[in-house]
Amino acid sequence: MFRAMALHTGEERPQLEIFIEGRPIAASAGDTLAAALLNAGFVPFRFTPVSGQPRAPLCLMGVCFDCLVEVDGAQNVQACMVVVRAGMQVRLQNGARRTSGEFA
Amino acid sequence: MTTTTHDLVVIGAGPAGMSAALTGASLGLRTLLIDEQHGPGGQIYRNVDSTPPSVAAILGPDYRYGQAITNRLVTSEVEVMSGTMVWDVARDLTVTAQREGRSFQIRAPQLIAATGAMERSSTVPGWTLPGVLNAGAAQIAMKGASSVPEGRVVLAGSGPLLLLVACQLLDAGVVVVGIVETSPFSNRLRALRYLPAALGSAPYLAKGFRMLRRLRLARVPMHSSASHLQVEGSDRATALAFTSGGTRHRLDADVVLLHHGVVPNTQLSRLLKVDHVWDDLQVAWRPFVDAWGQSSLAGFRIAGDGSGIAGALAAEPLGTLAALGAAHALGRLTLAEATQRAIPMRRAIASQLRIRPFLDALYQPPKWISLPQDMTIVCRCEEVTAGRIREMARMGCQGPNQTKFFSRCGMGPCQGRICGASVTQLLADELGKSQAEVGSYHIRAPLKPISLRSIAALNDPIDQPAVNRYETD
Repeated sequence: MFRAMALHTGEERPQLEIFIEGRPIAASAGDTLAAALLNAGFVPFRFTPVSGQPRAPLCLMGVCFDCLVEVDGAQNVQACMVVVRAGMQVRLQNGARRTSGEFA
Repeated sequence: MTTTTHDLVVIGAGPAGMSAALTGASLGLRTLLIDEQHGPGGQIYRNVDSTPPSVAAILGPDYRYGQAITNRLVTSEVEVMSGTMVWDVARDLTVTAQREGRSFQIRAPQLIAATGAMERSSTVPGWTLPGVLNAGAAQIAMKGASSVPEGRVVLAGSGPLLLLVACQLLDAGVVVVGIVETSPFSNRLRALRYLPAALGSAPYLAKGFRMLRRLRLARVPMHSSASHLQVEGSDRATALAFTSGGTRHRLDADVVLLHHGVVPNTQLSRLLKVDHVWDDLQVAWRPFVDAWGQSSLAGFRIAGDGSGIAGALAAEPLGTLAALGAAHALGRLTLAEATQRAIPMRRAIASQLRIRPFLDALYQPPKWISLPQDMTIVCRCEEVTAGRIREMARMGCQGPNQTKFFSRCGMGPCQGRICGASVTQLLADELGKSQAEVGSYHIRAPLKPISLRSIAALNDPIDQPAVNRYETD
Protein backbone atom coordinates (compact mmCIF):
# COMPACT_ATOMS: atom_id res chain seq x y z
CA MET A 1 0.00 0.00 0.00
CA PHE A 2 3.05 2.22 0.56
CA ARG A 3 6.49 2.08 -1.03
CA ALA A 4 9.96 3.26 -0.13
CA MET A 5 10.94 6.48 -1.90
CA ALA A 6 13.90 6.42 -4.28
CA LEU A 7 16.84 7.71 -2.26
CA HIS A 8 20.20 9.02 -3.38
CA THR A 9 23.30 6.86 -3.07
CA GLY A 10 24.50 6.82 0.51
CA GLU A 11 21.11 7.77 1.95
CA GLU A 12 19.86 4.22 2.34
CA ARG A 13 19.41 2.94 5.88
CA PRO A 14 20.62 -0.50 6.99
CA GLN A 15 18.11 -3.27 6.30
CA LEU A 16 16.96 -5.72 8.92
CA GLU A 17 14.60 -8.67 9.00
CA ILE A 18 11.37 -8.94 10.97
CA PHE A 19 8.79 -11.73 10.93
CA ILE A 20 5.11 -11.25 10.14
CA GLU A 21 3.09 -14.36 10.92
CA GLY A 22 6.39 -16.21 10.68
CA ARG A 23 7.22 -14.81 7.23
CA PRO A 24 10.44 -12.82 6.99
CA ILE A 25 10.19 -9.33 5.54
CA ALA A 26 12.85 -6.67 5.06
CA ALA A 27 12.53 -3.35 6.87
CA SER A 28 14.74 -0.28 7.12
CA ALA A 29 16.34 0.46 10.49
CA GLY A 30 14.45 3.30 12.17
CA ASP A 31 11.12 2.53 10.48
CA THR A 32 8.06 2.26 12.65
CA LEU A 33 6.50 -1.18 12.51
CA ALA A 34 3.42 0.38 10.86
CA ALA A 35 5.54 1.84 8.06
CA ALA A 36 7.29 -1.51 7.57
CA LEU A 37 3.95 -3.35 7.36
CA LEU A 38 2.52 -0.80 4.91
CA ASN A 39 5.64 -0.98 2.74
CA ALA A 40 5.44 -4.78 2.73
CA GLY A 41 1.75 -4.61 1.78
CA PHE A 42 0.44 -6.33 4.90
CA VAL A 43 -3.06 -4.94 4.73
CA PRO A 44 -5.33 -5.20 6.63
CA PHE A 45 -3.44 -5.08 9.93
CA ARG A 46 -6.33 -6.54 11.90
CA PHE A 47 -10.00 -7.53 11.93
CA THR A 48 -12.19 -5.72 14.45
CA PRO A 49 -13.55 -7.45 17.57
CA VAL A 50 -17.07 -6.08 16.95
CA SER A 51 -17.88 -7.23 13.40
CA GLY A 52 -14.65 -8.52 11.90
CA GLN A 53 -14.12 -5.47 9.65
CA PRO A 54 -10.67 -5.23 8.07
CA ARG A 55 -8.63 -2.27 9.31
CA ALA A 56 -5.34 -0.56 8.58
CA PRO A 57 -3.79 2.62 9.98
CA LEU A 58 -5.64 5.93 9.72
CA CYS A 59 -3.37 8.38 11.55
CA LEU A 60 0.14 6.87 11.95
CA MET A 61 0.64 9.10 15.01
CA GLY A 62 -0.74 7.13 17.92
CA VAL A 63 -4.31 8.45 17.95
CA CYS A 64 -6.56 6.04 16.04
CA PHE A 65 -5.50 2.63 17.42
CA ASP A 66 -6.36 0.96 14.12
CA CYS A 67 -2.80 -0.34 13.74
CA LEU A 68 -2.93 -2.63 16.78
CA VAL A 69 -0.85 -5.80 16.31
CA GLU A 70 0.84 -8.41 18.47
CA VAL A 71 4.58 -7.81 18.93
CA ASP A 72 6.81 -10.46 20.53
CA GLY A 73 3.79 -11.87 22.37
CA ALA A 74 2.43 -8.52 23.62
CA GLN A 75 -1.06 -7.83 22.26
CA ASN A 76 -2.69 -4.54 21.23
CA VAL A 77 0.59 -2.80 20.47
CA GLN A 78 0.34 0.39 18.39
CA ALA A 79 2.45 -0.51 15.35
CA CYS A 80 2.93 3.20 14.56
CA MET A 81 4.63 3.84 17.90
CA VAL A 82 7.10 0.95 17.78
CA VAL A 83 10.40 0.98 15.90
CA VAL A 84 11.38 -2.24 14.13
CA ARG A 85 14.05 -4.46 15.69
CA ALA A 86 15.86 -7.33 13.98
CA GLY A 87 14.03 -10.58 14.63
CA MET A 88 10.82 -8.88 15.83
CA GLN A 89 7.93 -11.38 15.75
CA VAL A 90 4.65 -9.79 14.66
CA ARG A 91 1.22 -11.37 14.55
CA LEU A 92 -1.89 -9.77 13.10
CA GLN A 93 -4.95 -9.61 15.34
CA ASN A 94 -8.21 -11.24 14.36
CA GLY A 95 -11.18 -10.34 16.54
CA ALA A 96 -11.20 -9.93 20.32
CA ARG A 97 -8.13 -10.41 22.47
CA ARG A 98 -7.57 -13.39 24.70
CA THR A 99 -5.97 -13.53 28.12
CA SER A 100 -2.25 -13.94 27.65
CA GLY A 101 -0.55 -17.23 28.45
CA GLU A 102 0.87 -16.35 31.84
CA PHE A 103 -2.60 -15.84 33.32
CA ALA A 104 -4.35 -18.63 31.45
CA MET B 1 3.88 11.29 45.20
CA THR B 2 5.02 13.83 47.79
CA THR B 3 8.60 14.53 46.75
CA THR B 4 9.50 16.53 43.68
CA THR B 5 12.04 15.28 41.18
CA HIS B 6 12.25 18.38 38.98
CA ASP B 7 11.29 22.07 38.87
CA LEU B 8 9.57 21.74 35.53
CA VAL B 9 8.27 18.78 33.55
CA VAL B 10 7.30 19.26 29.90
CA ILE B 11 5.29 16.65 28.01
CA GLY B 12 5.77 16.55 24.24
CA ALA B 13 8.88 17.40 22.19
CA GLY B 14 7.31 19.37 19.35
CA PRO B 15 8.08 23.05 18.84
CA ALA B 16 6.11 24.21 21.91
CA GLY B 17 7.56 21.55 24.23
CA MET B 18 11.15 21.92 23.03
CA SER B 19 10.93 25.69 23.32
CA ALA B 20 9.36 25.51 26.81
CA ALA B 21 12.03 23.07 28.01
CA LEU B 22 14.87 25.13 26.54
CA THR B 23 13.56 28.29 28.19
CA GLY B 24 13.08 26.51 31.53
CA ALA B 25 16.59 25.08 31.51
CA SER B 26 18.11 28.39 30.45
CA LEU B 27 16.52 29.99 33.52
CA GLY B 28 18.17 27.41 35.76
CA LEU B 29 15.06 25.26 36.28
CA ARG B 30 15.77 21.55 36.57
CA THR B 31 13.78 20.62 33.48
CA LEU B 32 12.65 17.26 32.20
CA LEU B 33 11.22 16.80 28.69
CA ILE B 34 9.18 13.64 28.15
CA ASP B 35 8.27 12.47 24.67
CA GLU B 36 6.55 9.42 23.27
CA GLN B 37 8.53 9.42 20.04
CA HIS B 38 12.11 8.24 19.75
CA GLY B 39 13.52 11.55 18.55
CA PRO B 40 12.57 15.21 19.04
CA GLY B 41 10.41 17.26 16.69
CA GLY B 42 6.80 16.35 17.38
CA GLN B 43 4.70 15.64 14.30
CA ILE B 44 5.64 18.82 12.45
CA TYR B 45 9.41 18.24 12.68
CA ARG B 46 9.21 14.47 13.07
CA ASN B 47 12.53 12.73 12.51
CA VAL B 48 14.07 15.98 11.29
CA ASP B 49 17.52 14.98 12.59
CA SER B 50 17.60 11.75 10.57
CA THR B 51 15.57 12.34 7.40
CA PRO B 52 17.68 11.72 4.26
CA PRO B 53 18.58 15.03 2.54
CA SER B 54 16.69 14.17 -0.66
CA VAL B 55 13.48 13.57 1.32
CA ALA B 56 14.02 16.64 3.50
CA ALA B 57 14.38 18.65 0.28
CA ILE B 58 10.89 17.54 -0.79
CA LEU B 59 9.47 18.32 2.66
CA GLY B 60 10.89 21.81 2.27
CA PRO B 61 12.55 24.56 4.31
CA ASP B 62 9.66 24.89 6.78
CA TYR B 63 10.36 21.30 7.84
CA ARG B 64 14.15 21.54 7.85
CA TYR B 65 13.88 24.65 10.04
CA GLY B 66 12.97 22.30 12.93
CA GLN B 67 16.58 21.20 13.14
CA ALA B 68 17.52 24.62 14.49
CA ILE B 69 15.45 23.78 17.58
CA THR B 70 16.49 20.13 17.94
CA ASN B 71 20.16 21.20 17.70
CA ARG B 72 19.67 23.58 20.61
CA LEU B 73 18.10 20.78 22.61
CA VAL B 74 21.09 18.49 22.20
CA THR B 75 23.50 21.09 23.62
CA SER B 76 21.14 22.24 26.40
CA GLU B 77 20.79 21.28 30.06
CA VAL B 78 17.34 19.81 29.38
CA GLU B 79 16.98 16.23 30.59
CA VAL B 80 15.18 14.19 27.99
CA MET B 81 13.18 10.99 28.23
CA SER B 82 12.24 9.81 24.76
CA GLY B 83 10.20 6.72 23.94
CA THR B 84 8.24 7.51 27.09
CA MET B 85 4.45 7.46 27.24
CA VAL B 86 2.63 9.47 29.92
CA TRP B 87 -0.45 7.53 31.00
CA ASP B 88 -1.58 9.47 34.06
CA VAL B 89 -1.23 12.88 35.65
CA ALA B 90 -2.67 13.41 39.13
CA ARG B 91 -4.14 16.69 40.41
CA ASP B 92 -0.92 17.20 42.41
CA LEU B 93 0.89 17.01 39.03
CA THR B 94 2.51 13.65 39.68
CA VAL B 95 3.23 12.21 36.24
CA THR B 96 3.04 8.46 35.71
CA ALA B 97 4.75 7.30 32.56
CA GLN B 98 5.92 4.12 30.94
CA ARG B 99 9.21 3.40 29.26
CA GLU B 100 10.36 0.05 27.93
CA GLY B 101 7.31 -1.63 29.44
CA ARG B 102 7.84 -0.28 32.97
CA SER B 103 5.95 2.50 34.70
CA PHE B 104 7.51 5.12 36.95
CA GLN B 105 6.58 8.46 38.50
CA ILE B 106 8.05 11.92 38.50
CA ARG B 107 6.78 15.21 39.87
CA ALA B 108 7.46 18.90 39.53
CA PRO B 109 5.52 21.91 40.86
CA GLN B 110 5.12 23.14 37.27
CA LEU B 111 3.94 20.96 34.40
CA ILE B 112 3.61 22.06 30.78
CA ALA B 113 1.57 19.92 28.41
CA ALA B 114 2.67 20.43 24.82
CA THR B 115 0.77 17.53 23.32
CA GLY B 116 -0.07 19.33 20.12
CA ALA B 117 -2.76 18.71 17.58
CA MET B 118 -4.33 15.79 15.78
CA GLU B 119 -6.27 15.66 12.55
CA ARG B 120 -10.00 16.23 12.76
CA SER B 121 -11.94 13.06 12.00
CA SER B 122 -13.20 13.01 8.42
CA THR B 123 -16.32 11.00 9.13
CA VAL B 124 -17.55 9.97 5.68
CA PRO B 125 -19.04 6.64 4.60
CA GLY B 126 -16.25 4.16 3.97
CA TRP B 127 -13.59 5.97 6.01
CA THR B 128 -12.90 2.82 8.02
CA LEU B 129 -11.67 0.92 4.94
CA PRO B 130 -7.98 0.00 4.72
CA GLY B 131 -6.37 2.39 2.25
CA VAL B 132 -8.09 5.42 3.75
CA LEU B 133 -5.68 7.51 5.80
CA ASN B 134 -5.48 11.03 7.08
CA ALA B 135 -3.44 13.23 4.75
CA GLY B 136 -1.15 13.98 7.66
CA ALA B 137 -0.42 10.27 7.96
CA ALA B 138 1.04 10.26 4.44
CA GLN B 139 3.30 13.14 5.45
CA ILE B 140 4.31 11.30 8.63
CA ALA B 141 5.30 8.28 6.50
CA MET B 142 7.47 10.55 4.35
CA LYS B 143 9.13 12.16 7.35
CA GLY B 144 9.59 9.05 9.43
CA ALA B 145 10.13 6.29 6.92
CA SER B 146 10.86 7.93 3.52
CA SER B 147 7.77 6.12 2.37
CA VAL B 148 4.86 7.21 0.15
CA PRO B 149 1.46 5.78 -0.85
CA GLU B 150 1.63 3.35 -3.76
CA GLY B 151 -0.63 3.54 -6.81
CA ARG B 152 -3.31 6.14 -7.51
CA VAL B 153 -3.89 8.63 -4.71
CA VAL B 154 -6.89 10.91 -4.16
CA LEU B 155 -6.80 13.69 -1.59
CA ALA B 156 -10.09 14.97 -0.22
CA GLY B 157 -11.07 17.57 2.33
CA SER B 158 -10.00 21.11 3.08
CA GLY B 159 -7.16 23.07 4.57
CA PRO B 160 -3.61 24.14 3.78
CA LEU B 161 -2.16 20.76 4.80
CA LEU B 162 -4.22 19.00 2.11
CA LEU B 163 -2.59 21.11 -0.62
CA LEU B 164 0.86 20.86 0.97
CA VAL B 165 0.72 17.06 1.17
CA ALA B 166 -0.51 16.93 -2.45
CA CYS B 167 2.48 19.02 -3.59
CA GLN B 168 4.96 16.95 -1.57
CA LEU B 169 3.56 13.68 -2.92
CA LEU B 170 3.81 15.01 -6.49
CA ASP B 171 7.43 15.97 -5.85
CA ALA B 172 8.03 12.43 -4.58
CA GLY B 173 6.69 11.00 -7.84
CA VAL B 174 3.32 9.84 -6.53
CA VAL B 175 0.39 9.64 -8.94
CA VAL B 176 -2.20 12.10 -7.63
CA VAL B 177 -5.39 11.46 -9.60
CA GLY B 178 -7.45 14.21 -8.01
CA ILE B 179 -7.96 16.74 -5.26
CA VAL B 180 -11.49 16.94 -3.96
CA GLU B 181 -12.02 20.12 -1.96
CA THR B 182 -14.96 20.06 0.40
CA SER B 183 -15.03 23.68 1.62
CA PRO B 184 -18.49 24.99 0.78
CA PHE B 185 -18.54 28.04 -1.49
CA SER B 186 -20.13 30.03 1.34
CA ASN B 187 -16.84 29.72 3.28
CA ARG B 188 -15.16 32.04 0.78
CA LEU B 189 -17.71 34.76 1.43
CA ARG B 190 -17.36 34.31 5.18
CA ALA B 191 -13.57 34.38 4.92
CA LEU B 192 -13.62 37.68 2.99
CA ARG B 193 -14.17 39.72 6.11
CA TYR B 194 -10.93 38.35 7.57
CA LEU B 195 -8.96 38.96 4.38
CA PRO B 196 -7.68 42.47 5.24
CA ALA B 197 -6.02 41.13 8.41
CA ALA B 198 -4.66 38.15 6.48
CA LEU B 199 -2.98 40.49 3.99
CA GLY B 200 -0.59 41.25 6.85
CA SER B 201 0.66 37.68 6.44
CA ALA B 202 1.84 38.01 2.87
CA PRO B 203 4.33 35.11 3.05
CA TYR B 204 1.55 32.68 4.00
CA LEU B 205 -0.72 33.87 1.21
CA ALA B 206 2.18 33.62 -1.25
CA LYS B 207 2.85 30.07 -0.10
CA GLY B 208 -0.80 29.21 -0.71
CA PHE B 209 -0.71 30.62 -4.24
CA ARG B 210 2.53 28.74 -4.98
CA MET B 211 0.94 25.46 -3.95
CA LEU B 212 -2.15 26.09 -6.10
CA ARG B 213 0.06 26.94 -9.08
CA ARG B 214 2.14 23.80 -8.54
CA LEU B 215 -1.00 21.66 -8.62
CA ARG B 216 -2.33 23.46 -11.71
CA LEU B 217 0.95 23.02 -13.58
CA ALA B 218 0.92 19.31 -12.72
CA ARG B 219 -2.59 19.19 -14.21
CA VAL B 220 -4.02 17.50 -11.15
CA PRO B 221 -7.82 17.46 -11.54
CA MET B 222 -9.29 19.75 -8.86
CA HIS B 223 -12.89 19.51 -7.73
CA SER B 224 -14.33 22.22 -5.49
CA SER B 225 -17.28 22.50 -3.10
CA ALA B 226 -17.62 18.73 -3.16
CA SER B 227 -20.14 16.95 -0.96
CA HIS B 228 -21.63 13.48 -0.38
CA LEU B 229 -18.20 11.85 -0.22
CA GLN B 230 -18.19 8.07 -0.12
CA VAL B 231 -15.18 5.79 -0.13
CA GLU B 232 -16.03 2.67 -2.12
CA GLY B 233 -14.61 -0.82 -1.65
CA SER B 234 -15.28 -3.97 0.34
CA ASP B 235 -11.95 -5.13 1.80
CA ARG B 236 -10.07 -1.95 0.97
CA ALA B 237 -10.63 1.39 -0.68
CA THR B 238 -11.01 1.22 -4.46
CA ALA B 239 -12.57 4.61 -5.30
CA LEU B 240 -13.84 7.91 -3.95
CA ALA B 241 -17.29 9.01 -5.11
CA PHE B 242 -18.54 12.56 -4.54
CA THR B 243 -20.83 15.27 -5.86
CA SER B 244 -19.37 18.46 -7.27
CA GLY B 245 -20.92 21.06 -9.57
CA GLY B 246 -24.22 19.17 -9.50
CA THR B 247 -22.64 16.02 -10.96
CA ARG B 248 -21.72 12.72 -9.34
CA HIS B 249 -18.03 11.85 -9.83
CA ARG B 250 -16.04 8.75 -9.13
CA LEU B 251 -12.25 8.57 -8.95
CA ASP B 252 -10.66 5.12 -8.88
CA ALA B 253 -7.92 5.11 -6.28
CA ASP B 254 -5.67 2.79 -4.31
CA VAL B 255 -5.19 5.21 -1.44
CA VAL B 256 -7.61 7.91 -0.27
CA LEU B 257 -6.17 10.65 1.92
CA LEU B 258 -8.66 12.67 3.97
CA HIS B 259 -8.08 15.93 5.80
CA HIS B 260 -10.31 18.51 7.46
CA GLY B 261 -7.86 20.55 9.49
CA VAL B 262 -6.30 19.86 12.84
CA VAL B 263 -7.73 20.21 16.34
CA PRO B 264 -6.12 20.34 19.79
CA ASN B 265 -5.36 16.97 21.36
CA THR B 266 -7.16 17.48 24.68
CA GLN B 267 -6.75 14.00 26.18
CA LEU B 268 -4.39 15.18 28.94
CA SER B 269 -6.22 18.42 29.74
CA ARG B 270 -9.50 16.48 29.91
CA LEU B 271 -7.92 13.94 32.25
CA LEU B 272 -7.09 16.82 34.61
CA LYS B 273 -10.65 18.19 34.24
CA VAL B 274 -9.50 21.75 33.56
CA ASP B 275 -11.91 24.22 31.94
CA HIS B 276 -12.44 23.87 28.19
CA VAL B 277 -14.28 26.08 25.75
CA TRP B 278 -15.88 25.20 22.42
CA ASP B 279 -14.30 27.27 19.66
CA ASP B 280 -16.98 28.00 17.05
CA LEU B 281 -14.58 29.19 14.36
CA GLN B 282 -12.13 26.27 14.72
CA VAL B 283 -15.06 23.89 15.42
CA ALA B 284 -13.19 22.19 18.26
CA TRP B 285 -12.63 22.08 22.01
CA ARG B 286 -9.68 23.91 23.47
CA PRO B 287 -8.60 24.18 27.09
CA PHE B 288 -8.90 27.62 28.64
CA VAL B 289 -5.45 29.12 29.33
CA ASP B 290 -4.25 32.59 30.34
CA ALA B 291 -1.47 34.63 28.73
CA TRP B 292 1.16 32.38 30.39
CA GLY B 293 -0.42 29.10 29.32
CA GLN B 294 -1.82 28.61 32.84
CA SER B 295 -4.95 26.41 32.84
CA SER B 296 -7.64 26.39 35.52
CA LEU B 297 -5.48 24.02 37.62
CA ALA B 298 -2.60 25.83 39.35
CA GLY B 299 0.81 24.77 37.98
CA PHE B 300 -0.64 22.94 34.97
CA ARG B 301 0.13 24.86 31.80
CA ILE B 302 -0.66 24.09 28.17
CA ALA B 303 1.37 25.42 25.27
CA GLY B 304 1.22 25.20 21.49
CA ASP B 305 -1.53 23.75 19.32
CA GLY B 306 -2.84 21.79 22.31
CA SER B 307 -4.26 25.08 23.63
CA GLY B 308 -5.82 26.13 20.29
CA ILE B 309 -4.57 25.80 16.74
CA ALA B 310 -2.07 28.52 15.93
CA GLY B 311 0.61 26.63 13.99
CA ALA B 312 4.21 25.54 14.57
CA LEU B 313 5.74 29.00 14.42
CA ALA B 314 3.36 30.26 17.12
CA ALA B 315 3.88 27.11 19.19
CA GLU B 316 7.51 28.01 19.78
CA PRO B 317 6.92 31.42 21.45
CA LEU B 318 3.84 29.98 23.22
CA GLY B 319 6.12 27.36 24.77
CA THR B 320 8.52 30.07 25.87
CA LEU B 321 5.68 32.04 27.48
CA ALA B 322 4.51 28.99 29.44
CA ALA B 323 8.06 28.41 30.72
CA LEU B 324 8.40 32.10 31.68
CA GLY B 325 5.12 31.78 33.57
CA ALA B 326 6.43 28.66 35.31
CA ALA B 327 9.68 30.43 36.25
CA HIS B 328 7.70 33.32 37.69
CA ALA B 329 5.46 30.96 39.67
CA LEU B 330 8.60 29.31 41.07
CA GLY B 331 10.04 32.67 42.08
CA ARG B 332 12.89 32.55 39.55
CA LEU B 333 11.67 35.62 37.67
CA THR B 334 9.80 38.68 38.89
CA LEU B 335 6.61 39.50 37.03
CA ALA B 336 8.37 42.50 35.52
CA GLU B 337 11.23 40.30 34.26
CA ALA B 338 8.87 37.71 32.81
CA THR B 339 6.77 40.42 31.18
CA GLN B 340 9.85 42.00 29.65
CA ARG B 341 11.10 38.70 28.22
CA ALA B 342 7.61 37.97 26.90
CA ILE B 343 7.44 41.04 24.67
CA PRO B 344 9.14 39.56 21.56
CA MET B 345 7.18 36.31 22.07
CA ARG B 346 3.85 38.10 22.10
CA ARG B 347 4.84 40.04 18.99
CA ALA B 348 5.77 36.80 17.18
CA ILE B 349 2.50 35.14 18.21
CA ALA B 350 0.41 38.12 17.08
CA SER B 351 2.13 38.00 13.71
CA GLN B 352 1.41 34.28 13.34
CA LEU B 353 -2.23 34.71 14.38
CA ARG B 354 -2.97 37.41 11.82
CA ILE B 355 -3.93 34.95 9.06
CA ARG B 356 -5.58 32.41 11.36
CA PRO B 357 -9.23 33.69 11.31
CA PHE B 358 -9.06 33.86 7.50
CA LEU B 359 -7.81 30.26 7.26
CA ASP B 360 -10.25 29.05 9.91
CA ALA B 361 -13.19 30.60 8.04
CA LEU B 362 -12.04 29.59 4.55
CA TYR B 363 -11.33 25.98 5.51
CA GLN B 364 -14.01 25.47 8.11
CA PRO B 365 -15.18 21.87 7.71
CA PRO B 366 -18.56 21.45 6.03
CA LYS B 367 -21.55 20.69 8.27
CA TRP B 368 -21.75 17.09 7.00
CA ILE B 369 -18.32 16.35 8.50
CA SER B 370 -19.47 17.49 11.94
CA LEU B 371 -22.91 15.94 11.53
CA PRO B 372 -22.48 12.82 9.40
CA GLN B 373 -25.39 10.94 7.88
CA ASP B 374 -27.00 8.15 9.91
CA MET B 375 -25.23 5.16 8.34
CA THR B 376 -21.73 6.59 8.81
CA ILE B 377 -19.55 5.06 11.53
CA VAL B 378 -18.55 7.68 14.08
CA CYS B 379 -16.80 5.49 16.66
CA ARG B 380 -14.35 3.37 14.70
CA CYS B 381 -13.36 1.22 17.69
CA GLU B 382 -16.85 0.11 18.71
CA GLU B 383 -18.45 0.64 15.29
CA VAL B 384 -21.20 2.99 16.45
CA THR B 385 -22.98 4.99 13.73
CA ALA B 386 -24.18 8.58 13.74
CA GLY B 387 -27.74 7.26 13.48
CA ARG B 388 -27.32 5.30 16.71
CA ILE B 389 -26.12 8.45 18.52
CA ARG B 390 -29.15 10.38 17.26
CA GLU B 391 -31.44 7.55 18.31
CA MET B 392 -29.96 7.59 21.83
CA ALA B 393 -30.47 11.37 22.00
CA ARG B 394 -34.14 10.87 21.10
CA MET B 395 -34.38 8.23 23.84
CA GLY B 396 -33.20 10.78 26.39
CA CYS B 397 -29.40 10.62 26.50
CA GLN B 398 -28.17 14.09 27.43
CA GLY B 399 -24.44 13.79 26.85
CA PRO B 400 -21.51 11.75 25.51
CA ASN B 401 -20.98 9.87 28.78
CA GLN B 402 -24.54 8.56 28.65
CA THR B 403 -24.30 7.47 25.03
CA LYS B 404 -20.98 5.80 25.92
CA PHE B 405 -22.70 3.92 28.75
CA PHE B 406 -25.49 2.66 26.50
CA SER B 407 -23.56 1.88 23.31
CA ARG B 408 -19.82 1.62 24.19
CA CYS B 409 -19.31 4.57 21.80
CA GLY B 410 -15.94 6.03 22.83
CA MET B 411 -15.05 3.08 25.04
CA GLY B 412 -12.66 1.29 22.66
CA PRO B 413 -8.87 1.46 22.61
CA CYS B 414 -8.68 5.02 21.22
CA GLN B 415 -10.70 6.17 24.25
CA GLY B 416 -12.79 8.64 22.32
CA ARG B 417 -9.95 10.53 20.64
CA ILE B 418 -11.46 9.87 17.21
CA CYS B 419 -15.21 10.13 17.92
CA GLY B 420 -15.36 12.58 20.85
CA ALA B 421 -15.97 15.80 18.97
CA SER B 422 -18.38 14.13 16.52
CA VAL B 423 -20.53 12.72 19.33
CA THR B 424 -20.65 16.08 21.11
CA GLN B 425 -21.75 17.83 17.91
CA LEU B 426 -24.33 15.19 16.99
CA LEU B 427 -25.88 15.36 20.47
CA ALA B 428 -25.82 19.17 20.52
CA ASP B 429 -27.60 19.24 17.16
CA GLU B 430 -30.15 16.59 18.04
CA LEU B 431 -30.91 18.01 21.51
CA GLY B 432 -30.92 21.65 20.36
CA LYS B 433 -28.22 22.54 22.90
CA SER B 434 -24.77 24.09 22.68
CA GLN B 435 -21.66 21.93 22.52
CA ALA B 436 -20.64 23.31 25.93
CA GLU B 437 -23.98 22.25 27.44
CA VAL B 438 -23.64 18.75 26.01
CA GLY B 439 -20.04 18.42 27.18
CA SER B 440 -17.42 15.83 26.36
CA TYR B 441 -16.20 12.40 27.43
CA HIS B 442 -14.73 11.94 30.89
CA ILE B 443 -11.13 10.90 30.27
CA ARG B 444 -9.51 8.60 32.79
CA ALA B 445 -6.15 6.93 33.25
CA PRO B 446 -4.53 5.01 31.76
CA LEU B 447 -4.46 7.32 28.74
CA LYS B 448 -3.26 4.37 26.66
CA PRO B 449 -3.55 0.65 27.38
CA ILE B 450 -0.74 -0.66 29.58
CA SER B 451 0.01 -4.06 31.07
CA LEU B 452 -0.41 -4.97 34.73
CA ARG B 453 3.28 -5.81 34.75
CA SER B 454 4.04 -2.20 33.82
CA ILE B 455 1.93 -0.93 36.73
CA ALA B 456 3.60 -3.42 39.09
CA ALA B 457 6.94 -1.81 38.26
CA LEU B 458 5.72 1.28 40.19
CA ASN B 459 6.28 -0.71 43.37
CA ASP B 460 9.86 -1.36 42.44
CA PRO B 461 11.88 1.78 43.12
CA ILE B 462 15.15 0.35 41.86
CA ASP B 463 15.78 -0.14 38.19
CA GLN B 464 13.91 3.02 37.18
CA PRO B 465 14.89 4.14 33.71
CA ALA B 466 17.77 6.58 33.61
CA VAL B 467 17.21 10.00 32.17
CA ASN B 468 19.08 10.36 28.93
CA ARG B 469 19.82 12.88 26.23
CA TYR B 470 18.94 12.42 22.62
CA GLU B 471 21.73 10.52 20.96
CA THR B 472 23.42 12.39 18.18
CA ASP B 473 24.40 10.48 15.09
